[in-house]
Amino acid sequence: MDSFTTILQLFDSTIRLSAPLLLACLAGLYSERAGIFDIGLEGKMLAGAFAAGAAATWFGSAYLGLLAAVLVSVALGLVHGFASITHRGNQIVSGVAINFIAAGTTVILGQAWFSQGGRTPSLPNAARFNPINLPGVEALRGVPVIGPIYFELISGHSILVYLAFAMVPFTWWVLYRTRFGLRLRAVGENPAAVDTAGISVPWLRYRAVICCGVLCGIAGAYLATAQGAGFVKDMTAGKGYIALAALIFAKWRPVQAMFACLLFGFLDAVAIRMQGHPLPLIGEVPVQFMQALPYILTVILLAGFIGKAIPPKAGGVAYVKER
Amino acid sequence: MSQPFAKLPAWADYGLLPLINLIVAFLVAGLVVLLVGESPIDAAVLMVKGAFGSGDGVGYTLYYATNFIFTGLCVAVAFHCGLFNIGGEGQAYIGGLGVALVGLGLGHVIPWWLAFPLAIVASAIVGALWALIPAWLQARRGSHVVITTIMFNFIAASIMVYLLVGPLKTLGSQAPETRVFGEGGQLPGLAWLLNLVGLNMRSAPLNISFLLALLAAFLVWVLIWRTKLGYEIRTMGFSPKAARYAGISELRIIIITMLISGALAGMMALNPIMGAQHRVQLDFVAGAGFVGIAVALMGRSHPAGIVLAAILFGMLYQGGAEIAFDMPNISRDMIVIIQGLVILFAGALEHMFRPSLQRIFQRIGRSKREPAPAIAGGGQ
Repeated sequence: MDSFTTILQLFDSTIRLSAPLLLACLAGLYSERAGIFDIGLEGKMLAGAFAAGAAATWFGSAYLGLLAAVLVSVALGLVHGFASITHRGNQIVSGVAINFIAAGTTVILGQAWFSQGGRTPSLPNAARFNPINLPGVEALRGVPVIGPIYFELISGHSILVYLAFAMVPFTWWVLYRTRFGLRLRAVGENPAAVDTAGISVPWLRYRAVICCGVLCGIAGAYLATAQGAGFVKDMTAGKGYIALAALIFAKWRPVQAMFACLLFGFLDAVAIRMQGHPLPLIGEVPVQFMQALPYILTVILLAGFIGKAIPPKAGGVAYVKER
Repeated sequence: MSQPFAKLPAWADYGLLPLINLIVAFLVAGLVVLLVGESPIDAAVLMVKGAFGSGDGVGYTLYYATNFIFTGLCVAVAFHCGLFNIGGEGQAYIGGLGVALVGLGLGHVIPWWLAFPLAIVASAIVGALWALIPAWLQARRGSHVVITTIMFNFIAASIMVYLLVGPLKTLGSQAPETRVFGEGGQLPGLAWLLNLVGLNMRSAPLNISFLLALLAAFLVWVLIWRTKLGYEIRTMGFSPKAARYAGISELRIIIITMLISGALAGMMALNPIMGAQHRVQLDFVAGAGFVGIAVALMGRSHPAGIVLAAILFGMLYQGGAEIAFDMPNISRDMIVIIQGLVILFAGALEHMFRPSLQRIFQRIGRSKREPAPAIAGGGQ
């Protein structure tokens, strides 16, 4: 029974670690499905985390922190949109710029406002998203197998984790069952057709970029006010890029995105757990190898050994209306 | 009313427009300085003074510039082929292994003038090899080089951390770094060069790899504008279709370009490792690979522009370190913001001011040709 608990705890931390990845990955999905490549997930998440940490410190409310995170992240998304949709600039260059602006600004403003070396003050529990106990946890706890699973795995996460996983079917529904979703997918494949149908390509793409900003902001708020207790310098630590990798892994589809994020979250959880514990047969696996594994897997995928990842056809290309 | 815009004169296209973009980037950076409660003008004065006010300041500025020339060239060569190599950071990091090989293996056996060329070759080869897989994936599988080079940056960082806290670490030391190289693994400084212009450099680590960087810039210019290969690279960058039609092998050009690009990034490792620290330290690249993106965009992928842009960023790095003493709210992370703003305005938004500039030039041009009173107000 002991190893069962260990496995449950491993899956539990997998869920915690994959939630921000999932939010950022779905954020990228909205944007890239509309034909706007977004390298700037990392930066938007980081800026969102900082905004959440700062606002939660000032107002003592996690929800105001979340709001601030979303606003800041959407603002950065609009900068990306302004550069790549309105001015038809290079989307990758713009995304890279946003990452640097976010990385620098969060530290400079954090130092100027809070004087703690770029971090925001540690948040009390009242200003954080705390774990929620789902109904019936105590009653079911004694039941073998189901009880521990319900207690360890399903219950006891913050509301943002549930939101992240709820976003998966929601995104699927938006993408495949609504008019907006159809148009969003169309504009990423063939913007000229969308334009011919009398729908504004820029406005559609701007909406996609805003969706992306909202989700990145939530991901940032999760890092600063749910998983952590305050913003720490460079706290995204490459999660935005892992989310991007997961998006490619999932071939730009929502349900697969969830599995990819769970896989990468699992690798992370295993890496944390295995530190200093040698594995049977293999011996001690270096932590660095586990940390690099998501990237290695993505490269192998891109090499075409695990199926082929085909991005949206019009991705990365600015739309020029015929004159 | 849709008159075709007048073509900008070359000096406006290559000088004025980038300058406007740069000024806007610095104005926005100034706003951030205001936001943290310091004076942007004082900050700028402090920065210039810190960077050029003393012999050591100049030495440090050029030392940082050396890194950025290499990484800027790395990004620029790929740009000419229409590729965006974000992997300069990782290629330079891994390139450090090539330097380490020579420095650790031969540093105490051979003099520096023998070790230096060997280290150049080794770092270039290692850097180039690190760019080879992304290049091959782009050329063969069409997987975007941006994504793969980002992934390779992280993989490189993991490998280097593994090596520096494990196999390469000095015995009995806690610091994640190799042992100090022997005499031959240490490059001579350039104090004499600064002495020629009357500057006295005492402790700045400016070293001979600065001259190598200038040579590399010149060679890149020769390669891109004076050789058949360079012509093919530029053709591929302008129009892959035209290149294919002309019988240029896409696979060959992409791979060769990325190898050159990676080699340039790899050579960057010479400057901090052999030139300054004389050992391989954790994170010795310190973001220089990414600065290269800003430098290449600012220098418009021309070696002369890159050298100038690299010196500007060297100034920001050195001056930024000095500012931190007087203005504790402004740390070196300010440069990361400026870097981001430069990439945004000189890169992604490079055409934002073009239409208005073209309109102004059109008006000037028209009022010159027909000095009719009707448009007399146009020639401001």
